[in-house]
Amino acid sequence: MNKLILGRYFPGDSWLHRLDPRSKLIAGVAFIFIIFLADSLQAFALLWVFTLFVMRLSGVGFRTYVRGVRPLIWLILFATLMQMLFRTGGATFVDWGPITISEYGIINGFYVFCRFVLIIFFSTVVTLTTKPIDLTDGIGSLLRPLRKLKVPVDELALMLSISLRFIPNLMDETQRIMDAQRARGTQFGEGSLIQQMKTLVPIFLPLFASSLNRAEDMANAMEVRGYQSGTKRSTFRQLSWKRIDTASLFIMVVLAGVLLVVRTI
Amino acid sequence: MVQQLEVENLTFQHDQRLNSKTLSNVSFTVQKGEWLAIIGHNGSGKSTLAQLLVGLLVPENGQISADGLIMTEDTKWEIRRKIGLVFQNPENQFIGSTVQDDVAFGLENLNMSYNEMKIRVDEALEMVNMTRFRFHEPTNLSGGQMQRVAIAGALALKPSILLLDEAFVMLDPLSRKDLLETLENLKITEDLTIISITHDVNETAVSDRVLVMESGEVVNSGSPEEIFLAEQAIDPPFAEQLRRDLMAKGRSVPETYMTEREMLGWLCK
Repeated sequence: MNKLILGRYFPGDSWLHRLDPRSKLIAGVAFIFIIFLADSLQAFALLWVFTLFVMRLSGVGFRTYVRGVRPLIWLILFATLMQMLFRTGGATFVDWGPITISEYGIINGFYVFCRFVLIIFFSTVVTLTTKPIDLTDGIGSLLRPLRKLKVPVDELALMLSISLRFIPNLMDETQRIMDAQRARGTQFGEGSLIQQMKTLVPIFLPLFASSLNRAEDMANAMEVRGYQSGTKRSTFRQLSWKRIDTASLFIMVVLAGVLLVVRTI
Repeated sequence: MVQQLEVENLTFQHDQRLNSKTLSNVSFTVQKGEWLAIIGHNGSGKSTLAQLLVGLLVPENGQISADGLIMTEDTKWEIRRKIGLVFQNPENQFIGSTVQDDVAFGLENLNMSYNEMKIRVDEALEMVNMTRFRFHEPTNLSGGQMQRVAIAGALALKPSILLLDEAFVMLDPLSRKDLLETLENLKITEDLTIISITHDVNETAVSDRVLVMESGEVVNSGSPEEIFLAEQAIDPPFAEQLRRDLMAKGRSVPETYMTEREMLGWLCK
């Protein structure tokens, strides 16, 4: 769990922390599209400078970002290698039948590598500087137009926020059950794969049972406090779109514009 | 006297295969501004009664009415606005992601405006002395603190009846005393009616009237003084215990129940 840096919040008071979650979400999604506009070394150099600058603004150490890339490094290297080994064009350096290492291959491999790493870095900035609950609110707010299509956006957002709220509880509970089973002589992480899987059954069964109990208690508590799905609710957590949010989206537009100009040259 | 809550011949059975009812023919009334304590052993049907009172369960027989409004499928939402229920397990009733979000949850359901919510949340947190913790997440709170938040969540809705289903069990003795005092004040200033389902003698002692339940029936009722005298099986408050012990030693002690303060006064005479 500690390895997964994506989706972990780092408390701080940077400029990025204070941005509205909506603008950060929009910027994050926009960045994925913008990245595909880059098709030259100069363009990628610009994107790197931009991303590193944004990462610096977040006030979170560079190492934390690198740790975010680590779980995906094999996938990234695989994609890069595929480009390097099979793409042809330009000067050819090695030619072993279907496997060729060419100029274009190397350049494209580098581009693919950059795209992956940049996207991960940028989305990590978003998740590291935004509380999960704010992200939920942001998503809920951005998806609000879908309500017209009868998509239960508010219910989904509430579900998401309650799930987030109960993750620590479920982790505690798993730990407790594991300790209880250990006290009864279960040994985890030993024996063959099948044996290891078998030792998980006595964890998941009680966990499942207690989660159901918890869900019932919670449904009761919600109902008693007047929760009815499908009715209009106000929100206590307010999102406020500030000038700085508009400005940051404008920066994204400028970035896209610059890349478009560089592209046509 | 205004009848705030009327319960007539309430009967309920959890398991149809069993012969014994979970509740049978329970009737009582609660007056406005009264503090009613319901006591009884585990399995006496106290918690079931609480769930029936807010319409989470539907009785087999009998009728509940709050402020003259009879509980039906249609009126249960309106009745829930009058009755605030606080459950025993504080962790599972913590819906919001922070303390203030949780207190606001019930208000959000009423589609209340932000400014009004803010005032209500501030007030409610102040009442239970949790203002310092307003931005805390539930994982950083103790059981007692979460129970305070749960009580604040119910109070924020300004119910006319506060129903506490063993809501004080996780509190330490000091904060329990604190909250009991807060509730006693609210009872006077806001004319709040309180029904507390409890095992705790101190909580029983501050009530105006006690209902004793046993296997789904009301077996006794009366003032705390009467109940502590009559029900020898129930652990009495410290002062009453002292009185009985002194009596057993052959000292001449008053025949009536005394509060701690009265006892102190008598001892110092």
